[in-house]
Amino acid sequence: MMGGMQKSLLLHGGVLVVLFALQFVLPAYHHGNLARIMVLASYAMGYNLLFGYTGLLSLGHALFFAAGLYGMGLAMSQFGLSAGIALMVGILLGALVGAVIGALALRTEGVAFMIVTLMFAQAGYLTVLYFGAYTRGDEGFVIAQADRVLLSLDLSDPTVRYFAAFSVFCAVFIMCYLAVQSRFGKVLIAIRENEDRARMLGYDVARYKLAAVVLSASLSALAGASYGLLFGYVGASFASVQYSIFPLLWVLLGGAGTVLGPLIGTLFMFYLIDLSSGITTAYMLIAGVVLVFLTLFAPQGLMGELRRRVWRWLP
Amino acid sequence: MTKSKTVPVTGAQPTRRDALKTLALGGGAAAAMPLWARYAGAKTSEPIKVGFQVHRTGIGAAYGRWYDRTTTAAAALINEQGGINGRPLEIVAEDDGTDPKRGAEVVEKFATQHNCDIGFGTLFSHVVIGSAPRAGELKLPYFVVSEGHHVASGMLNRYTLQPGITDVKSQVQAMAPFVAENLGKKVTMIFPDFAFGHDHRDYFTAAIEAQGGEVLEHIAIPPTETSFTKYFPKIPRDTEVIYHVMVGPAVLTFVKELGEFFGPQRPEMFGFIDSLEAVDIGSPGLEFLDGTYFWEGNPRYAQEDQSEYDAFFRERVGVDANGASVSDPKDVSTYAHMFGCWETLHVVKAGMESAGYRGPQDRAALVEAVEAMTDMPHSNAHPQGAKIFNGKTHQVFGHQYITKVVDGKLLLVHTTSIEDTFYPDEVDYTTQAL
Repeated sequence: MMGGMQKSLLLHGGVLVVLFALQFVLPAYHHGNLARIMVLASYAMGYNLLFGYTGLLSLGHALFFAAGLYGMGLAMSQFGLSAGIALMVGILLGALVGAVIGALALRTEGVAFMIVTLMFAQAGYLTVLYFGAYTRGDEGFVIAQADRVLLSLDLSDPTVRYFAAFSVFCAVFIMCYLAVQSRFGKVLIAIRENEDRARMLGYDVARYKLAAVVLSASLSALAGASYGLLFGYVGASFASVQYSIFPLLWVLLGGAGTVLGPLIGTLFMFYLIDLSSGITTAYMLIAGVVLVFLTLFAPQGLMGELRRRVWRWLP
Repeated sequence: MTKSKTVPVTGAQPTRRDALKTLALGGGAAAAMPLWARYAGAKTSEPIKVGFQVHRTGIGAAYGRWYDRTTTAAAALINEQGGINGRPLEIVAEDDGTDPKRGAEVVEKFATQHNCDIGFGTLFSHVVIGSAPRAGELKLPYFVVSEGHHVASGMLNRYTLQPGITDVKSQVQAMAPFVAENLGKKVTMIFPDFAFGHDHRDYFTAAIEAQGGEVLEHIAIPPTETSFTKYFPKIPRDTEVIYHVMVGPAVLTFVKELGEFFGPQRPEMFGFIDSLEAVDIGSPGLEFLDGTYFWEGNPRYAQEDQSEYDAFFRERVGVDANGASVSDPKDVSTYAHMFGCWETLHVVKAGMESAGYRGPQDRAALVEAVEAMTDMPHSNAHPQGAKIFNGKTHQVFGHQYITKVVDGKLLLVHTTSIEDTFYPDEVDYTTQAL
């Protein structure tokens, strides 16, 4: 009989194998979609680390996604850096912004933390517009196809793009899987469950929370930078409040505090909008109704509900 | 269970008379089916599929609604006239939510799921810029109706073309001679503090200086602003002309507060109709605009010397002489822009017929055929006016119209020449590989 750990490894490894194999069987449209979904799910996983595992509800993660996106994009457009170095610049900028915002916003908690992160993200969005001479404001700018080359691989090629997205997803997925089962992850969960108790046990809660913000911001920035590189566009809409709400939605739908939840939530939401927009212009209404039903009947999200009912070993 | 039905088989062979009868009957049937008959000459009756990226939701919804109607009307006309290369035109519409991410996904959907021959119809610049890279990678000819300078600036790619509407750079610079000669040379510009406003700031400032004028003050309004009175004291007292391009729902507040600030003693005013597209110029609060001037891509009100082409276009799209829907006078159109959809579809038809377009394998030939176009005469296909297409920059150039608000209507006072809108090429897309 397999133990929980083995089952968990089998399930999560199986998901990666399936994602890898889908490259060879999916029709072109869904192939492109899945590449997109894997990058966005990486963003959601970064968000989940803070929200699902640490219990910090941020409404400003678009700032970190955009830090990666613009850090990468401006490094290429303004300084002519190569894609690989620009990607690193994006991640580092995300980590730096995460550290600064974390240091300030973590002085608050609960609703105040939500509002402060929201305000910082809004300030970030307006900063993008303000420096329109470099960012092209709301219009954004294109990363030329010829420049989107990493390790001599053309990232605009569908197969390369899929594997690049898969690599990003794998890296974030494995990192999250290991992190939440490590001592560090257990402390984050302890903070989420009872912050005072964790503090009383001798853990430096502030330091752990800041580390969680920085790690979450870095993963979000990695997703943002990857998105820009793979799809060739850097725009202010990705810094708007909408993109702070999306990861929250994806994580809630898929199951906060589960490693697989962000992928399931992103996949579900993507196709819910894609399919319902083909039926009616009121597709957001359909999405809203589905979300209400999910909240009523699966309040812990799809994977959360699965964990509650069937797979209690799910990390 | 269902019963099987046996069809009696006759052993007799068909005679020549029978065959002739059948042919005659077939011919009669074909004549009785006009659509079938019209496409009978084509090698295939498969429709030409045009992926229509439409702003049905989001900030561009008002534009999207009229772009949709215009596109539907143009497609119906083209089909009545025999389609493209004898094949019917089918519009496959997808809502992009006026969002660049969704826009790119929609372009992918056109190319890889709907198997569309081209993508078409996008208006908002950020959606165009977000979608164009994917169109280029998928080698899907992408005909935008955006009026942004992004195509001619060289930012995009060889598969992105704008042959049905002029761009903001040419529009703005063509206004400067009229403003300098008729309204004044000392200008204060009020514009939204994002890319659209910055385009106006940069292009008009240069253009008015070329006319011997100057911009005394640039007043950038943050996009989140809802009240404007605090900005008006920045307007220098010796301002002769206020140039305004505010857009979005706050425009009514902007005009009302500007009117309260100046009272009856105001400088001349010149604005872009983009602010008031789909808005009734007679709306309460807009009285202050009486006697002011506007750029219009196409005059919303039918003018005294209205061309027969404009009359035809209005009738086919369902727009009355006041620029509103014939079925609802309160439903004001986006008349200054929507002709672009009509004209672009006619360019697509001409391009496909010139290229002998058969299917996706001829997409590159279609791009080359459009690049080879130059003069587009004033006609039912180009009801806004004659145009000249620049195949290198993928941008069309045409007449611009200046109207004045008189008794709540926009009356034409000036039409620019096409040459007024020219500027040096900034890109040569034909050097890029197809």
